[in-house]
Amino acid sequence: MSGPLPLGMPWPSDSKLVLGDPSDSFHAYVHIPFCKARCGYCDFNTYISSELGSTKREEFHKPLIQEILLSQKVLADSGFEPKKLATVFFGGGTPSLFTADQVSEILSVLESTFGLLSNCEVTLEANPESASEELMTGLKKAGINRLSFGVQSFDPEVLSVLDREHDPSTVAGIVTLAKQMGFKASVDLIYGAPGESLASFRATLEEALRLGTQHISAYSLIIEPGTKLARQIAKGIYQEVDEDLNAQKFELASELIGQAGLEWYEVANWGEPSLHNLAYWQSKDWWGYGPGAHSHIAGNRFWNVKHPDAYAKALLTHSQVAGMEVLTRNQQLEESLMLELRTIFGVERKVLKELGVSAQLVAEQMALGAIELIRGDRIRATESGRLFVDRIVLDFLTK
Amino acid sequence: MSPRAHKALVPSETSPEQIRNFCIIAHIDHGKSTLADRMLQLTGIVNDRQMRAQYLDRMDIERERGITIKSQAVRLPWEFETLTYAMNMIDTPGHVDFTYEVSRSLAACEGAVLLVDAAQGIEAQTLANLYLAMENDMEIIPVLNKIDLPAAQPEKYAEELANLIGGDPADCLRVSGKTGEGVAELLDRIVQKVPAPVGDPDAPARAMIFDSVYDSYRGVVTYIRMIDGRLHPREQIQMMSTRAVHELLEIGVISPEPVISKGLSVGEVGYLITGVKDVRQSKVGDTVTTKLKPAATALKGYAEPKPMVYSGIYPIDGSDYPNLREALDKLRLSDASLVYEPETSAALGFGFRCGFLGLLHLEIITERLEREFNLSLIATAPSVVYQVTREDGSAFVVTNPSEFPEGKIREVKEPMVKATILSPKDYVGTIMELCQQKRGVMVDMQYLGEDRVQLRYNLPLAEIVFDFFDQLKSKTQGYGSLDYDDDGFAVGDLVKVDLLLQGEKVDAFSSIVHKDKAYAHGTKIVGKLKELIPRQQFEVPIQAAVGSRIIARESVRAMRKDVLAKCYGGDVSRKRKLLEKQKEGKKRMKMVGRVEVPQDAFIQALSSDEGQKAEKKK
Repeated sequence: MSGPLPLGMPWPSDSKLVLGDPSDSFHAYVHIPFCKARCGYCDFNTYISSELGSTKREEFHKPLIQEILLSQKVLADSGFEPKKLATVFFGGGTPSLFTADQVSEILSVLESTFGLLSNCEVTLEANPESASEELMTGLKKAGINRLSFGVQSFDPEVLSVLDREHDPSTVAGIVTLAKQMGFKASVDLIYGAPGESLASFRATLEEALRLGTQHISAYSLIIEPGTKLARQIAKGIYQEVDEDLNAQKFELASELIGQAGLEWYEVANWGEPSLHNLAYWQSKDWWGYGPGAHSHIAGNRFWNVKHPDAYAKALLTHSQVAGMEVLTRNQQLEESLMLELRTIFGVERKVLKELGVSAQLVAEQMALGAIELIRGDRIRATESGRLFVDRIVLDFLTK
Repeated sequence: MSPRAHKALVPSETSPEQIRNFCIIAHIDHGKSTLADRMLQLTGIVNDRQMRAQYLDRMDIERERGITIKSQAVRLPWEFETLTYAMNMIDTPGHVDFTYEVSRSLAACEGAVLLVDAAQGIEAQTLANLYLAMENDMEIIPVLNKIDLPAAQPEKYAEELANLIGGDPADCLRVSGKTGEGVAELLDRIVQKVPAPVGDPDAPARAMIFDSVYDSYRGVVTYIRMIDGRLHPREQIQMMSTRAVHELLEIGVISPEPVISKGLSVGEVGYLITGVKDVRQSKVGDTVTTKLKPAATALKGYAEPKPMVYSGIYPIDGSDYPNLREALDKLRLSDASLVYEPETSAALGFGFRCGFLGLLHLEIITERLEREFNLSLIATAPSVVYQVTREDGSAFVVTNPSEFPEGKIREVKEPMVKATILSPKDYVGTIMELCQQKRGVMVDMQYLGEDRVQLRYNLPLAEIVFDFFDQLKSKTQGYGSLDYDDDGFAVGDLVKVDLLLQGEKVDAFSSIVHKDKAYAHGTKIVGKLKELIPRQQFEVPIQAAVGSRIIARESVRAMRKDVLAKCYGGDVSRKRKLLEKQKEGKKRMKMVGRVEVPQDAFIQALSSDEGQKAEKKK
């Protein structure tokens, strides 16, 4: 959850949402806004201990549980009938800074409130340096069945540019252990850090693939304004990100990860799909718990106040929501186009049609080899088109 | 502190003997608007609380750029030797492009304050306007401004002014618009020196329109100077050129906000509103009379302004074309020098070929169109008028390079100007170099004083409209000044350079240049476009050609990647906002075939090296 919060409408005073069509599944996101140190590239909503004010990490599961109970009431009052949870995702920040007991308490409240589907995917993001055997044992017992490791790179120089503090040589041990304990595992990589060569990224990919996880994410580094890294680049300490090189890195990732048997399914993701992330891309209903977390409930998007102190206070007095928007039909369609074109499933032709995208434009992109038709009713990005998804979407919506 | 009038004279009942109509002739930056501000304060018509800098400059652009575009007429009460006077101050533009507006303002006055910066001396444009005023037999009051500046040299420049207009250097008044020093004396001097207007109060009414403004609430507001007779409210008035009759809904004076009066009589300056909405019914230069008792002859007409520079103006969004037409119609009302006719471009769609007095005029008009009418526009590179004759004898007048005829050309004639450049003598060498580079031929050189030189050149107008002025300014550290006058047409060795994107000719980028410069020009513009055109999903070749011969080529490499691969998690709102922002950005792009070209490219590709114009706009 990153960047400044978008402006929106205020939360309704009676806390009742006006519902559009609900989706066929229901999901939960839980935001753990703590980090030991802030990484130079990161603009996510997370805080180191000196920035926390009166918030205590050891106690922070309590307001989160409070929000879960509140969400049940809001949904019930609005006439929304929540299905059993299909996925739960603990993200951050650094969720592995929570104790297994804290995670366990939250999960059991979610379970008693909404119920979990028997095959519920329950993911927790973990930093290699804060995941221990003891913690993982506890998490397993609490009900976590998938761990997503923020490895980023195996190149110590790249890790130092990114301000990551873990020792890459410990990663293999932790990930192997997680697999042995029965977790599904994913490795997150970031490419495009200043100074990272193609050879360095190749080595990182090879090392990551050697871990044999079911899933790999490879994000390209975005220099966000206001971050330390942005300032360092502005001062000339580091070079600007080379997008041409990044294109090569993406192609390399596609090639190597594909060869290892993990199928591409979203711009930055390969392998057995994360059902939780798919829920975001397919505009399913979810509630995001915690500071700055975003929710989408039947055509409503809302987001919580960002600072943990303000969040906890807001929960006690009125609502934790900072702003919301009710999506128009057109906005929903644009979102579908923007998100679904990023995936292997592509977007339905009727979405393009309802948005008024001219057949000529679609045909031109097909002629360029950027998109293809699947089964007559969907459009998706080709392998070469994946690198141009944002441009294609903009093209479709502006011409 | 000042002899403020105890009671202002009532408009329509003021005897001509107690009226003084004057204007201020000054170079840009010589402090005219600031001096006007002090006059407003000193005469008490604007109190200190209401005062703001450059009070009279109505348009945002004027205040931002610190220059005056529209002339204004303000009535100031002033007492001198126990008699009260009504002083009409007519503000005039100071830039070389606006000579025509100056001439209109001058025709409404009997006297002119010649305002010169005491630290810089007179500039070429001021000289030109002074000359106009003297030709109109106006009383000239020389004034040195900014005497509060440490660098002021009032003695030196008083001498210079005395040399120019005759008289004693001691008669040259010294004022500071900033501190107000000397301003009361100046007002006294105007009362003493400027002749009272003369007219026949009993004759049929004749009023001269010297300015006309479109106001979105009130319709057309027309500024007039009464010559003979008088006008009354609710009277039927007649425009002498068109014979059109309108009812006078409102008449009054500006002081400095509009004040309704019971009419205007001989010698007075004020405004009238007839409810006319059609912008072409209140033409600048026309004579207003009454329907009941019409005058027999119209006042001597104004010189029709001649456009010197042409540019194609196109809406980014083709559906804005009718709005652009309407906006031009409205601007035309207050700017008789603006001419335009519909034009179609293969690259840019429907638009207008517009004629301007100069580059600044072009910039101001496009900025006003965008700002006041909320239009997004592309203005093509400025061009002058060429007379082209083919081998077969057929002749063409080319105001747009894309109209340059195909086939064998016998001769091309281009407009020439007589340019006058004033500068400190230290820069003579660089100026001569610049003029030579711009195909100039020297006429003569003359020392104005100890260290100031006047150079006269014959130059092709095309070289001047481009970046001459900017270069002159930068090469003389801002001291050089320029004025120019039409000097007919002359044969030149000129060719048309075309530009091709992906092999397709883009008419908006064509230009007509001297043969010897074609190669350098082609290389430059191709190089610039390479920087200006963003990378696309495919490679974009850029070529420059003379006829079928390619003289320069470059290409914009295909873009490799345009997708954010970042984990935004559930924050879809943020991603959508980003998309909205990109959509806005996309509006500033124009499709040329399949290639997206930023609007800026149309101006910058053909602008001067330093791109100073573009800088200034930001």
